[in-house]
This record gives sequence, structure tokens and C-alpha cells, in this order.
Amino acid sequence: MSEYILCLVLFCIGLYCVLRKRNIIKIVIGLGIIEYAVNLFFILVGYRLHGRAPILAKDQVIPNMVDPLPQALVLTSIVIGLAVTALIVAIAIRIYEKYGTFDITKIRRLKG
Amino acid sequence: MSRKMNNSKEYYRDPEGIREKSLHSGKEPKTGMTLIVKTITRLTVGLILLYGIYIVLHGHLSPGGGFAGGVIIALSFIHLMLAFGKELALKKLSQVAASILESLGAIMFLSVALLGFTGSYFFLNFFLHKGRPFDLFSAGIIPLCNIAISLKVGAGLFAIFVALVLFKGLGKEE
Amino acid sequence: MEVQLLLLFMILGAVVAVEIEDLLSSVIAVGAVGLGLSLAFLILKAPDLAITQLVVEILCLIILIRATIKKDLPLIRDGRWFFNTTSTLLFIALFLLFAYFALKELPNFGAPIMRVAKEYVETGLAKTGATNLVAAIILDFRGYDTLGEATILFTAVMGVLAVMRRVGRIKNVPKDE
Repeated sequence: MSEYILCLVLFCIGLYCVLRKRNIIKIVIGLGIIEYAVNLFFILVGYRLHGRAPILAKDQVIPNMVDPLPQALVLTSIVIGLAVTALIVAIAIRIYEKYGTFDITKIRRLKG
Repeated sequence: MSRKMNNSKEYYRDPEGIREKSLHSGKEPKTGMTLIVKTITRLTVGLILLYGIYIVLHGHLSPGGGFAGGVIIALSFIHLMLAFGKELALKKLSQVAASILESLGAIMFLSVALLGFTGSYFFLNFFLHKGRPFDLFSAGIIPLCNIAISLKVGAGLFAIFVALVLFKGLGKEE
Repeated sequence: MEVQLLLLFMILGAVVAVEIEDLLSSVIAVGAVGLGLSLAFLILKAPDLAITQLVVEILCLIILIRATIKKDLPLIRDGRWFFNTTSTLLFIALFLLFAYFALKELPNFGAPIMRVAKEYVETGLAKTGATNLVAAIILDFRGYDTLGEATILFTAVMGVLAVMRRVGRIKNVPKDE
């Protein structure tokens, strides 16, 4: 139970960073921390004590395996997180080239 | 005795710039990183590519798979670009070739999926016999899908990196 | 025991990444959090994920460092700082309260309910012939999700190449009448 609470604290640190910082790169860092916390939470739910990795070995019957289904979902989620981060950084570089700053309170005009 | 005060990383006196002249003997332009990085890169970048291909091909037997292997293949090309400068890396894999490879990977994956229509399903494992376990050529369509995904991920991530790094602002030359 | 120590290390790294003002240092701290996550995946018996998280973290660091060279921002506190911080902390406290009620419904740590995965584990080798069960799940039992993910990657690559173009749209050529 304490592992779940620590994972939730990590999520809240990322959430605070997204809500309160003014630099676009800091917001991207906060988004990355939120994504790490969510992936870790999925794997924590599917863990079995004294279990074994979900890979079969030769001539062995393994009775206790950890849950392989959350691992398949999180594998997809890690690569999607990389794609989203790359796209946000590309947009941020373009914003810096047009406005000269990374500050979000100075970027107000939506057209142009 | 004249001392050459330059901003590079040479910490001893160099009276006539002999060392600097012998390093750049006029054959290579001065791009990329220092000589140590270039030597180590020449030795290891082929091994990194080989390791990525190994992880892709054995994706159905041991941990790994198409996504991790594709990212490792992209990292080997990025390593080449960071150490040697962009002309040499773009000669090995140009931007047009990266786009073509990525589309090829996506088409291959989609066609393997649609061939399940022959058995009136989608994504059917249409290989008739699945081989013995622990062989390299076992498990039906899974190795084919791994190779298609690794082509797509590797070429796509290299195209993203080239577009981000070679971006020059409108009217500003850095 | 090891999982809790790793989680404490990750929380410390995250606090450093959020609060430091120098952009390069906070990017390196996020890299440390990602490597700690890769170790946590290894301890929780998920080797596929450990390999993927490690290499994806390295690529993410390279892209972030490209964006932060020589671009810093000084810290300015404007007038409504107190109100903003208090309302953010209040919102996070409300979120934690509701999350506590939800966490009580979860099964205990280490005893999962494997209702769907039981069938995958028992019949995986016979139906697909692959010994890596995670690869069998993402490419055979749930192949449609992998097709969706390949589409997302393709769209992201197209988006980056379109944003980083140097030439905009071709202006309308005025018609001569």
C-alpha cells in the first residue's frame, strides 16, 4: 500500500510543475514526470510477490508468473510518450523563433 | 618564443602551432567532435547497429521486440551524426531515404495484418505450422511484424532528429 | 523494500528537476528519474519494459537538450503569486483525498486478479508458438492496438516534419484579369 502512495506523490509533483511554471520546457518536464508515474502505477498493480518474468524457459513449468497484460499496454504507452514529447519540443522551438521567449504569459496572440 | 593563446583545449605551450597543423593535415574539414570521440565512434557504431538487429530478430524468444530494437538502430545513426557532423551522416542515410524506409515499414505491417482476410479474420496467424518453440523461425507472423515495426520506428525517429537539428530560422544564420 | 527505496530516489530527483532554475540541470535530473524508473521495471520483473524505457529515455534527453541550449528564463514573481499557489495546493489536496478513497478498493500489493491474463498465460505457447508472452500479446492477441500505435508514431513524424519547414504555404498568385 505504501508503494501506491509514493507513486501518487510522484504524480502530484509532476502535476504541480505543469500547473505553476511559466517556462514551456519546465511544462514538458512536468508532463514527462506524470507519464513516468502512470506507467509505474500500472506495473505495480500487476506484480505478484515472488513471481517470475513472463518468459518461458526450456523444460520448465512456471506456476507463478507476473501479470503480462499491463506490461503489453505500458510498452505501447512508453513509445507514445516519446512521440508526444518530440512534437511538443518541435512546437516550442518554433515558438521561440517567432516570439523570442519561452515565457507563456507573453505569448498571447493566436494568429499570425 | 611566441605562445599561441587559443581557446581550444590545449594546455601546454605550442610555439609555432605545430600540433594544430599536424592534427588537421588538410584532408578533413573541422566538423564534429574531437579525435578521441571520432576514434571510439568508428569502433563501436557498427556493434550498436548489430545489437539492435539482434534484439529485433529474437523478439519472440527473449525480451526486446520491435520497438526497443528500432530505437537502438536510430540511436546508432544519431551517434554517427553527433560525432562526425551532418554531411557524413546524411551521406549514409539521407532524409529522402529515411522517409521512404518509414513508409515501407508501415505498408509492410499493414499488409501482414490485412492478409488475415484470407481466413476471414483480421490479424490471423496465417502460417500453417508454427514451428517448434525456441527456434529462430517459429511463431508465425510475429518475426515479420517485428521487422516491419523496427524499420518504421528507426527511420521515423532518425527523421525527427534530423528535422529538429538542422532547423535554421527564417533569415537568421547561426 | 527495494521498490520503496527506488521510489524515494525518484521523488527526490523529481523535486530537484522541478525547482532548479537552470534548464540544463533540470533536464539532467529528469534523466536520472527515468533511469531510476528503468531499474524499478527490472526489479518488478518486466525486462521488456526495462530495455525500452532505457533507450527511450536516452533519446528523450537528446531531444530536450537540443531545445534548451542557451535559452534561460529569469524568475519573476508577479502580484497574484500567493493566490495562485494556494489554489493549486488546494486542488492537489482535493485530488489526493479522492484518490485515497479509490486506492482502498485496489487489491493488496502482490496479489493481482488475473482474470483475462490467465487464459493468455495458459494457452499462449500452444496458440502462437512464441515463448516471449508479452510479444505474443502485443502482436497476436492484441494486434489491433499495435496498429493504432504505429499510426500515432507516423502522425507524430509527419507533424514534426511539417512544423519544422522553412517555407510556408504558397501564396495565391494574383490573377490578372
